[in-house]
Amino acid sequence: MGDRDLRFTKTHEWVSVESDVATIGITDYAQGELGDIVFVELPAEGSSFSAGDVLTTVESVKSVSEIFSPISGEAIEINAELDANPGLLNSDAHGAGWIVRLKMFDASEIDGLMSPEEYEEHTKG
Amino acid sequence: MAVVPESARHTAVRRGRDGEPLVREGEVSQETGTAKRTALYEAHVAAGAKIVDFAGWAMPIQYSGIVREHLRVRTTVGLFDVSHMGEFMVTGEGALDSLERLTTNRVSDLDVGRVQYSALCYEDGGFVDDLLVYRLDDGYMLVVNAANKEKDLEWVLGHAGERTEVRDASDETALIAVQGPRAQPVLSRVCDGDLEAIGYYHSANEVVAGKRALVSRTGYTGEDGFEVYCDLDRARPIWDALMEAGADDEIEPVGLGCRDTLRLEMGYALYGNDIDETRTPVEAGLLWITRLKKGSFIGRDAIRAAKENGPRERLIGFELEGRGVARHGHAILGGGDVVGAVTSGTFSPSLDRAIGLGYVSVDWTGDIAVDVRGRTIEARRVGVPFYKEGTVRRGG
Repeated sequence: MGDRDLRFTKTHEWVSVESDVATIGITDYAQGELGDIVFVELPAEGSSFSAGDVLTTVESVKSVSEIFSPISGEAIEINAELDANPGLLNSDAHGAGWIVRLKMFDASEIDGLMSPEEYEEHTKG
Repeated sequence: MAVVPESARHTAVRRGRDGEPLVREGEVSQETGTAKRTALYEAHVAAGAKIVDFAGWAMPIQYSGIVREHLRVRTTVGLFDVSHMGEFMVTGEGALDSLERLTTNRVSDLDVGRVQYSALCYEDGGFVDDLLVYRLDDGYMLVVNAANKEKDLEWVLGHAGERTEVRDASDETALIAVQGPRAQPVLSRVCDGDLEAIGYYHSANEVVAGKRALVSRTGYTGEDGFEVYCDLDRARPIWDALMEAGADDEIEPVGLGCRDTLRLEMGYALYGNDIDETRTPVEAGLLWITRLKKGSFIGRDAIRAAKENGPRERLIGFELEGRGVARHGHAILGGGDVVGAVTSGTFSPSLDRAIGLGYVSVDWTGDIAVDVRGRTIEARRVGVPFYKEGTVRRGG
């Protein structure tokens, strides 16, 4: 309905939708699994993504992980804060640690994602 | 999110004798169902550790976080459970001769109570393992990497000479490492003896938390510290006593994750990464533990030849100058060509930059770069240790 709508993926990304703009980040669960994050490869503004494309890679002390786009869209805003302060992904994954805002190509893609309750179940399993 | 396997693309894969890619020793997996547990397993679970399978053991990789634990060891003191390592008791009239033949360093240098870093090599000079050799009251103790325990035991048993008894004491021995600038004051609170009397790379029989233990001033972190060897049923009481004794110094349990970042900041080799059966002490910069003049030992001729001919590659330290972290297997580039490969890489918590070790062709002395998943990141050669403020004592 255009209000804030929070959805999740099996691969531990969250999406928050307002109108036709989706804000994307990784979940608190994901940042816990990754450990201390040291670099975030931010996507370029203006680049387009299909659902499932690699949005960014996140480098932690021990490993590197790919973050997948839950939906298709064009990057209209990236969180430049993460450049100087990658630790935001650890300390505030659902807030200040947002990664990118996409202008959605197809709002119905949201319907295929998990609800908060479904995601909670998923991480317990 | 999906973790990218370290050898995904653009890598130079090390191959073993049979041409097969070398599996890195101590490959970590999340599945710990059949893994062995140390005597301290319950303590780790109670402390909220993230447990992974390391060399067939369910070990704590971290508790509160790798960076935090790393800095804890550098600042005050941390407690490691390294009971998964192997310990072999070597005794008998022939023990010294057997060990002189088996190891690269000069065992006869050891008085009772001294410890030396050494290596077991194959006839062709390649590493079987790196290890510590302790001279104890009644013989010798070899302390080997957990991932190589079975291989090392077979090797030692197969090459020991006459009148030499080799006993695998690994499954009866727990090992706790207390590491950090405050390690000595903390351990002193639960240890009857005078720890100041134990010099660097020396050991002594002590009473810790009321029971006998072997204590050595050794470690793998670059900080001052001790390793405490004890019977399995003493491990938990000693661990708990140390946690309590170290409370005022903010002691924390610390895991294998920070063990790796700490040792890499010091430039210490890790078997399976920086040294393996395809490398000799010459290439690895470990001639200092190789006494070519001590007499015959397994691998001596090959090592001497490699030293005289000069190696084709050498292990170097480097720091990345751009954004990214070099990882095991990443190609090292020079002048547009592949001139080597990264063997260990991480982001250094103490130095706030990406560091690593790798082999580079001796023919390339120019600037190097690392291929990090398709991106070329300039690198700077640096001498080890990367971290120079460590409190580890020198010259015992």
